[in-house]
Amino acid sequence: MRVIEISCLEVWKEISNYIDNDVEPELRARMEAHFKACAHCTAILDGTRNVVKLVGDGMEYEAPEGFSRRLYDRIKDK
Amino acid sequence: MEALSPSLKTRESELVEQARAGCKEAFYRLVQPCERALFATAMGILKNEADAEEAAQEAVLMAFTNIHRFRAECKFSTWIIQICINEARLKIRKARKHLYESIDEPENGEDGDYFPRDFADWREIPSEGLQRKELREALQHAVASLPEKYREVLILRDIQHLSIEETAQALGIGRGNVKTRLLRARLQLRDALAPGIDGNWTLGRPAHAKVRAW
Repeated sequence: MRVIEISCLEVWKEISNYIDNDVEPELRARMEAHFKACAHCTAILDGTRNVVKLVGDGMEYEAPEGFSRRLYDRIKDK
Repeated sequence: MEALSPSLKTRESELVEQARAGCKEAFYRLVQPCERALFATAMGILKNEADAEEAAQEAVLMAFTNIHRFRAECKFSTWIIQICINEARLKIRKARKHLYESIDEPENGEDGDYFPRDFADWREIPSEGLQRKELREALQHAVASLPEKYREVLILRDIQHLSIEETAQALGIGRGNVKTRLLRARLQLRDALAPGIDGNWTLGRPAHAKVRAW
């Protein structure tokens, strides 16, 4: 089957859905064919994927000391 | 919607029932598993620990007062995160009003396309790199620099790992909007971090020197 070509612009629009595995198989195949031929889009894909992973692994907003207790106290006092 | 397993669902609805009857202990047991998520969500929006704690606490008290309004159409955690987002937003609006009085925030165009700015090859940063302070800080700065509506979606999806559906519910927007905002958030984040990636994330060099100004 011949894969219909897709432009960089169309790839960028779907790159986040692609990372989330949320694109139709046909579009996925077209994007994969594009990535094989386009270094720019591959760089964007790799970087975006890496950023998503880093954010997921490394961005934690630790609650301050005593947060849980203060919250519990406020519920109790309500 | 991400479905709760039947037993968890029963457990949750029992606790909700008890909380409705005024049982604080039951209510706290509902809240406890989402405590961290509440703080993180508020922190992501407000970028300040004290304000975030206050918003999270207020959201919890508001949830308790309004528990009779909770319909089991979504998980309790999604519902309370939704309240927390509203509390945090309210705080931001109040602060802005105080600063700028009547200047309304211009609504940014939602659907304009965002084009990546940096096409350099990306040298993968392994997650172990996060042990380095400069990388963690750069990441935090980059996230903090995102416009609020993109930051909210990124926090719920990529940090709290909510599903598209849960994110849409928590923010009161459609699934399509979640996806569009997430795309923008991720591409902008990549652009913000890209200049520091090409070998400059090594120890001992001024990491921020090559990172775009935030």
